[in-house]
Amino acid sequence: MKPTDIKDPEYFHKVVDCQYACPAHTPVPEYIRLIAAKRYTDAYMINWESNVFPGILGRTCDRPCEPACRRGRVEEEPVAICRLKRVAADNKGDVKQHMPQGPFEMNGKKVALIGGGPASLTVARDLAPLGYEIHLYDEWNKGGGMMRTQIPAFRLPEEVLDEEVNYILDLGIHTHFNTYVDSMKEIIDKGYDAIFVGTGAPKGRDLKLPGREEANANVHIGIEFLANVAFEHVDKIGEKVIVLGGGNTAMDCCRTSRRIGGKEVNVVVRSPFESMKASPWEIEDAQREDIPIHNNMPPKEFVVEDGKLKGVIFEKVRAEYDENGRRSLVPTGESDVFIEADDVIIAIGQDTFCPWIERDLGIEFGKWDLPVLDKETFQSTLPHVFFGGDAAFGPENVITAVAHGHQAAVSIHHYCEGRDVKERLAPMTNLVSQKMGIHEWTYDSTVPDDERYLVPHEDKSITLKERKVEVELGFDQETGFKEAQRCLNCDVQTVFTEDKCIECDACMDICPTSCITFTHNGEEEDLRTRLKAPANNLTQDLYVSDVLPTARVMVKDEDVCLHCGLCAERCPTTAWDMQKFLYNVTKAH
Amino acid sequence: MSFVKPVFRHPELPTNEIGYAQADYEGAISTLCAGCGHDSISASIMEACFEMNIEPHKIAKVSGIGCSSKAPTYFLSNSHGFNSVHGRMPSVVTGAYLANRDLIYLGVSGDGDTASIGMGQFVHAIRRNLNMVYIVMNNGCYGLTKGQDSATQDLGAVNKAGVENQFHAIDLTALAMEQGATFVARSFSGDKNQLVPLLKSAMKHPGFAFIDVISPCVTFNNHNGSKKSYQFTRDHIEATASIDFVPERDEIKVDYGAGLSVHVELHDGSVIQLQKLDSDWDPTDRSSSVRHLHTSKAEGKILTGLLYIDPKSQELHELQQTSTTPLNTMREDILNPGEEALASINQSFR
Repeated sequence: MKPTDIKDPEYFHKVVDCQYACPAHTPVPEYIRLIAAKRYTDAYMINWESNVFPGILGRTCDRPCEPACRRGRVEEEPVAICRLKRVAADNKGDVKQHMPQGPFEMNGKKVALIGGGPASLTVARDLAPLGYEIHLYDEWNKGGGMMRTQIPAFRLPEEVLDEEVNYILDLGIHTHFNTYVDSMKEIIDKGYDAIFVGTGAPKGRDLKLPGREEANANVHIGIEFLANVAFEHVDKIGEKVIVLGGGNTAMDCCRTSRRIGGKEVNVVVRSPFESMKASPWEIEDAQREDIPIHNNMPPKEFVVEDGKLKGVIFEKVRAEYDENGRRSLVPTGESDVFIEADDVIIAIGQDTFCPWIERDLGIEFGKWDLPVLDKETFQSTLPHVFFGGDAAFGPENVITAVAHGHQAAVSIHHYCEGRDVKERLAPMTNLVSQKMGIHEWTYDSTVPDDERYLVPHEDKSITLKERKVEVELGFDQETGFKEAQRCLNCDVQTVFTEDKCIECDACMDICPTSCITFTHNGEEEDLRTRLKAPANNLTQDLYVSDVLPTARVMVKDEDVCLHCGLCAERCPTTAWDMQKFLYNVTKAH
Repeated sequence: MSFVKPVFRHPELPTNEIGYAQADYEGAISTLCAGCGHDSISASIMEACFEMNIEPHKIAKVSGIGCSSKAPTYFLSNSHGFNSVHGRMPSVVTGAYLANRDLIYLGVSGDGDTASIGMGQFVHAIRRNLNMVYIVMNNGCYGLTKGQDSATQDLGAVNKAGVENQFHAIDLTALAMEQGATFVARSFSGDKNQLVPLLKSAMKHPGFAFIDVISPCVTFNNHNGSKKSYQFTRDHIEATASIDFVPERDEIKVDYGAGLSVHVELHDGSVIQLQKLDSDWDPTDRSSSVRHLHTSKAEGKILTGLLYIDPKSQELHELQQTSTTPLNTMREDILNPGEEALASINQSFR
């Protein structure tokens, strides 16, 4: 193998598994260390700069970082990254003084943002300090988009949402609330220099089944139901509720139902439990509230008697997979199941909805009626119109919308300055030795064996009565510290300098997870089999040095490195050094 | 500075045939200097014991005083251990071995502990063919007392203070061979491919198995002018043969070439397989080995590998025809048959 090019910013970025997996590439270990040091404000600001909504995401994020966490490869559970973020948000001091302070010197450019959700708000935050006059349009009376309409208050208190939305609106954003934009042409005619569409995926899918029409009064679409509850247009539901669907929206619907009158709430999913789209922790939370989940039962028919919904008939199926892994649901032949219901909520997915964009404006639409976009710049076929969030490539999550927003803001800024929209600056990176004295590091290099701490919950008897009482209480500072200490500091990189190495083997001997091997070079496939421990995780790179005096090379399998610094502590010549790698995605501001 | 090794290990590491993980052979985290050769030797010992499927409690590690003699703390925490008086490790092993012949005895010593204060004990342990592995972690200096020249410091070597050594070094391997040791080897801490099979062979050898391991002292004897540095050793090292230890159950690999492949069969059927680099040398012939050692030395080379082995070695208990049952497991009434038995023995001499 060729010697690893550690100057490539993506090499060490990839070693920081959590940050690499995060769509917004938040420097996770950096803020976790600050939490351990009780520097909550600083930890919050690192998050705020990267993901804009630390308090919101610390409660509701889909956490792509956690399955990626290296800790999950050496023991059962990853670090509770998401809930640590909330610790920063809960305990922060005055953060506003660290944010850009308006009024900003205007640059004379006007940008319209359609939709007030996370993508648009991110664009607003990135562009406002640069002097753009930002006009934000939303159909509701407040900003936040789906974070307000689709995430129930018992998961995300309104105060938290308002606070973080207002940090952005306070940057001098011109808000046009209670304004449903029903014509793109009208917006274009207003002469904005750029337009950003962040209208999400506001259309819940329906289910065309026998009896659907007749039962209409008691059949609800999931996200509409959630929005109606959030805006207090709906405050009760029948005692017997069926929720159809296995995603996070279904979990929110069933738990909301339990709080507004639902006593027997059943979630029914057409596919097996393992393939449910909902996050495992949201499924657990639903089960904890006595909500059974029935799997392998596609609905067949709404049963209506005397014009009133009685329940739903379900078929029983099992999943079979062909050689390509494609699933088909095959009837088991068992008799159908009838479940009684006063109300049924359909939460089987949602789609983007853009009939308000006239099709003769030059904005092309492609497959699934999604806009034709450049995948990196988010620019549509009409050069001054950009898309982001769910409206761009279909439903994802908040953190993805934020990542889109940052990139779209860069594009809009370039576009308005007359620069090449495709131009993207390299990320900011920094690599600094953590050596402090002979064998001391500026980071806490010990690896405690504590198991993942559980977030305490408010008593069920309270939360099921009061819809707005938050279920999760968050870690207290002490538990937050202990959980933070579980972080392996993967951003503190093991950096090897071959011309200092005397090949004493000390690093190889001490490494607790057998990551380091000195051997003769070979092709990657061959090298992976010849290491001290098999390097079977192909998603993790091998760090290979240049040839050493004994004609061998140093090979380090990054897979389960604990970043404990022992290799560097046992190195007599500092050929190994622990160096902190900071990687920041370049944003417009 | 770390004082504890993290508990996590690579999840895909295999266990050995008796179900032990590599971690079961580990010791406390080393407090020796970073880069010390001794730590590599410790790693080789752990590797050899793991691969030989030895239960850790079947090993006793005994040492004297010095950096080397601290090393047993850093491997095999689950084994028996005795850190004895300076230079007196062989006496303690002798006593322990007489009481319990069932354990594998790893004597760990250094150049000071063996070539100076312990010289008297060393030669007598050889003379008795005590069944043990005697490892000297040889760095040519007294690392624990700031690096003064030891008796194995090479003639002409410059110490860290800049003073050239005027005295001839004691060559412990030559001495051991002269004294009649039945297994003599030399190795280098930086060459695990050689050291691990040597350790395995030594543990299987019935009798005194001596391994002199050059183990650079990174703090006091690893500079230009040193003759026991990593650099100097690598530049001057020469092996007698490549060595492979084949346990009795495994099949022996094919011969490499006429006259160069040698198989030495041990008493339990396991085999030391050597691929010689010099066709004139016979590892089972003492005078041939002594000659080979001297020739290399005259050429300025450091000869490593297995130097000599007596396949017909008879260790202390065999020579003494002692009971095959370890004495420490015998009941007191058998060990001490009482006054009547003594009287009858005395009577037989009258």
